[in-house]
Order: sequence, then structure tokens, then C-alpha cells
Amino acid sequence: MSHFSPTAAVNYFFNYFLMKGVLVTIGLTVAAVIGGLILGMGIALMRMSSNPVLSGFSRFYIWFFRGTPLLIQLVVIYSGLPQLGIKFSVITCALVGLILNEAAYLAEIVRSGFMAVSAGQREAAWALSLSPWVTFRRVTLPQAFRLMIPPLGNSINSLLKATSLASVISVEELMRRSDMLMQEHFQILEVYAAATAYYLILTSVWDAVQRRLEKHFGRSNAAKTRRVAASAPVAQAGVGARA
Amino acid sequence: MSEMSMNTASGADGAAAQPQLREVPAVRMEAVYKHYGDFTALNEVDLKVARGEKIVVCGPSGSGKSTLIRCINHIEKHDEGLIYVNGIELDHQRKNIDAVRRDTGMVFQSFNLFPHMTVLENCILAPMTVSGMSEAEAKDLAMHFLTKVRIPDQAEKFPGQLSGGQQQRVAIARALCMRPKIMLFDEPTSALDPEMVKEVLETMKKLAEEGMTMLCVTHEMGFAREVADRIVFMNEGKVVEQAAPEEFFKNPKSERARTFLDQIIH
Ligand SMILES: Nc1ncnc2c1ncn2[C@@H]1O[C@H](COP(=O)(O)OP(=O)(O)O)[C@@H](O)[C@H]1O
Ligand SMILES: [Mg+2]
Repeated sequence: MSHFSPTAAVNYFFNYFLMKGVLVTIGLTVAAVIGGLILGMGIALMRMSSNPVLSGFSRFYIWFFRGTPLLIQLVVIYSGLPQLGIKFSVITCALVGLILNEAAYLAEIVRSGFMAVSAGQREAAWALSLSPWVTFRRVTLPQAFRLMIPPLGNSINSLLKATSLASVISVEELMRRSDMLMQEHFQILEVYAAATAYYLILTSVWDAVQRRLEKHFGRSNAAKTRRVAASAPVAQAGVGARA
Repeated sequence: MSEMSMNTASGADGAAAQPQLREVPAVRMEAVYKHYGDFTALNEVDLKVARGEKIVVCGPSGSGKSTLIRCINHIEKHDEGLIYVNGIELDHQRKNIDAVRRDTGMVFQSFNLFPHMTVLENCILAPMTVSGMSEAEAKDLAMHFLTKVRIPDQAEKFPGQLSGGQQQRVAIARALCMRPKIMLFDEPTSALDPEMVKEVLETMKKLAEEGMTMLCVTHEMGFAREVADRIVFMNEGKVVEQAAPEEFFKNPKSERARTFLDQIIH
């Protein structure tokens, strides 16, 4: 036990028990992103509304969830709410906490994305008598989304790592299962090396996805700065979009 | 409202109503006010534009020219007074606003093309989603108008790949694809490099020759002289003077118009 065993680390990396924890981590992240985006959109719409009650509630929501640690939110939902007779399964508690928390961050990202689309774009859509839905779906949303991708990417990266906090309320995701293995075999560095490798792989895969999204949605924008020659295929205009 | 009722008049009244129907003005504004907080951007504006008429609106910066033109398609809501466009009253009802916007096309100083769509996609969006055209029909229509503004070869490019003059011509084509009866221009050449102003003005002249009703905010006095039937001069939210171009340029009635002309014609 006086040295680090790479073989043991590799064995932990291919340990089924740990791999299932990785799947739980991925599941938590994906569900929290989807739930957080839907709720965050709603919160952002309320924040942009001219109704003072709606925008006030949204302001309070964002202030509250961004101003308190996710850890406390999870523990309150898991062990505090039962005191009031509200009880969920462990996994539901984790999801509720992650979604509520993530929504507060995503709401601000969504809002700033929409605010950055110039008023002239909406006016042009009105002047063409486009319906509000078409204006949103075809004009504002795609432009706002392009601006949202970088901060959205960062937020999802943080979320991926923040799912490890769910281990505290006994959700058996990657972190919790690493702990369990560690307590069984006492190979602390070897177990955490495997867990670290998984987190790095997950965040790197997400980075790659994010880059692709940026490239795809930035294609017209890249063209603006590059003034592609008349004969160049437009599809290539996005290459090198990230300076 | 009263003007539309002519339209529905039938039987014995029909014959009498006919000549009047043709006289329904393209735009009629009566005692229109627009306020921004305490500031009065439009101050009791009366304006009548006949069908086929070409109006150039000019005046110093901040005099309310943009506000005037943007009230006509309800991009700005007027606070008081009446606005009729082709006999439809702009009374803040959704269906009337939509009807007016379908009858009017607008061209902005900053083009406002949709940057994430190609030129062709910019042109077919409204015909497909508002007029319910098939993609093939809409593309034919778009190519027709892109040819007319002399840039059919740019159809597959993104706006950011075009020069300012080309972008503004695309914006004109995009508006024309909705077959408007009235075209509104808000300083269409002010954001352009000097060498591109001409190509846009030429396009507008062609449109004028074809009989389009046009309201154009511009400081291009050569264009005004050549194309306008009437100059509307604004100052501090009011229409101060209206006259035929020769008349307006030769002897402007108001002191304010004289100093304005001195400044821009140097
Ligand atoms: N959204 C707005 N809020 C407050 N003031 C405005 C707004 N839009 C225009 N104004 C003011 O109304 C006046 C007229 O504006 P505008 O019609 O754009 O003038 P012009 O086009 O003749 O230069 C200006 O003084 C401007 O500052
Ligand atoms: Mg203006």
C-alpha cells in the first residue's frame, strides 16, 4: 500500500459497478439539462415580461437559487422536506434539486441571448407580417441560440461535475460509487484516478459537442468576417469560427 | 371605418361609390400624436398620401421622420389620432394591424436582413409562412424580385457576404416578395458607402416608375427632385411644410426649412 498501482486503477476504470455509476451521472446531467432548459425558458420569459408579478417572481427565483449552495438545496429537499410530509425517492430529490438550480443559471443565459438579438430583427419580422410564432422560431430563437451556446456549454460542464453532490444524498452516481469502492478496498488514489478519468472523458466529449454546435450555428457569422469568395461553397464558411 | 363601408356599399349606391372607392388614399393620418414619456415625437400630424404617390420626408435629425413612417405599419403605436392605410383603420386591433402590414413593405437604414439565413431564405420566409406559398412558388417569386434588383446570382449567399448596397437591394426584394401596395423607406442609403448609394437609389427609382406608392425618408435631394411628387418637411414632431419638389427647393416657406436646406445643400 506504499505505492500507486496503475493496474488497479485500470481495473477500476473497467469495473462494471463504477461504469453503472457513470451512466447515472450521464442520466442526471441529461435530465437536469432538459428539465433546466424548459424551466429556465419559462423563468426567462417571466423575467422579460412586463407583468411586475411575473418578473418579480422570476427575479426572486434566480436570486434565491444562485445565491445558495446546491448542496444545501439537495439536503433540504432530501432530508428537510419529509419533515413537512413531502417525500420523494432519492433520484427524484436529486433531479428536482439539480433542475431547480440549473434553471436559475440557464434562465439568465437564455435571457441575455434574447436581449442580444437586435430590435431591428423583430421589427423586420413584424414589417413582413410574420406571426409571433414564426418570428420566435425562425428569427429570434436561432440568433439567440447561437449566442447562448458558449455560456450554455460552460453551464452544462459545471452541471456535469455538480451531479457529484448528489452522492451526499446517497444517489449512486460516479462519485458515490467511487466512495463505495474506496471504502471496500482502500485504494484511494487508484479509485479516484479512474473516477477522474471518467469525468475528464465526459467533459471532453461535451467540449467537442459544443465546438460542433458553435461551428454549425456560427456558419453565417463566420462568413461575415471572411467574405468568402463567390465560388467557395457556403458550407465551409464556418471553419475557423472560433478565433 | 367610414372608408371601408364604401367598399361594402351595394345596389343603387354602388355606382356612386365607385369613383370614391378609387380615391381611398393609400395613407391618411389625422391629428396623430406620439409621445415618449414627456417627449412629443409626433405633434398633431396630418398627412394624406394618394395611391401611386411618391413622398419624400425630410427634416432635421430627431424631428420625428422615423416615428412617422413607423407608425404607418404600427411598428410604433400612435397614442392619439387616426391612421388609415388603404382604408383600413389602424386601431390597435390585431387583424387590422396584420392587414396593414400585409399591404406595406418596409426598408430600414440598417437593412435588418436575417443574418442566419441565405438571401433566398430571407426572401421566401414570409411568402411561405404568411401567404402560404409552396417552397417552389416562393422561390420563383424571390428569384423574380432578386433579378429585378439585379442580384439573382447572390441568392445562395448569406447577408454578411454581401456589400451594403447589395444587402439593401436584397431587403427591397424581400419586402417586394409580399407584393405590398405601399413601400416605406427609412433612410435606406444613410448607412451605405457613397459608391453604393446610387445602385440602391436606381432600384428605388425603378420601383417608382412602376407606380408603387412610396414614402421615403431620405436626405438624397437629387432623388427627391427626380422622383418625389411631394416633399414633406418635418420639424419638432410637426409637418411644417408640404410642397412639390421644385416649389420646396426654390422657395421654402418656413424659416426652418430654409436653414435646413442651406445645411444639406451647402
Ligand atoms: N423609443 C424611444 N424612446 C424615447 N424617445 C424616442 C424613441 N424613439 C424616438 N425617440 C425620440 O423621438 C424623437 C424623434 O425620433 P425619430 O422619429 O427617430 O427622428 P428622426 O427619424 O427624424 O431623426 C427623437 O428626439 C428621439 O430621441
Ligand atoms: Mg430616423
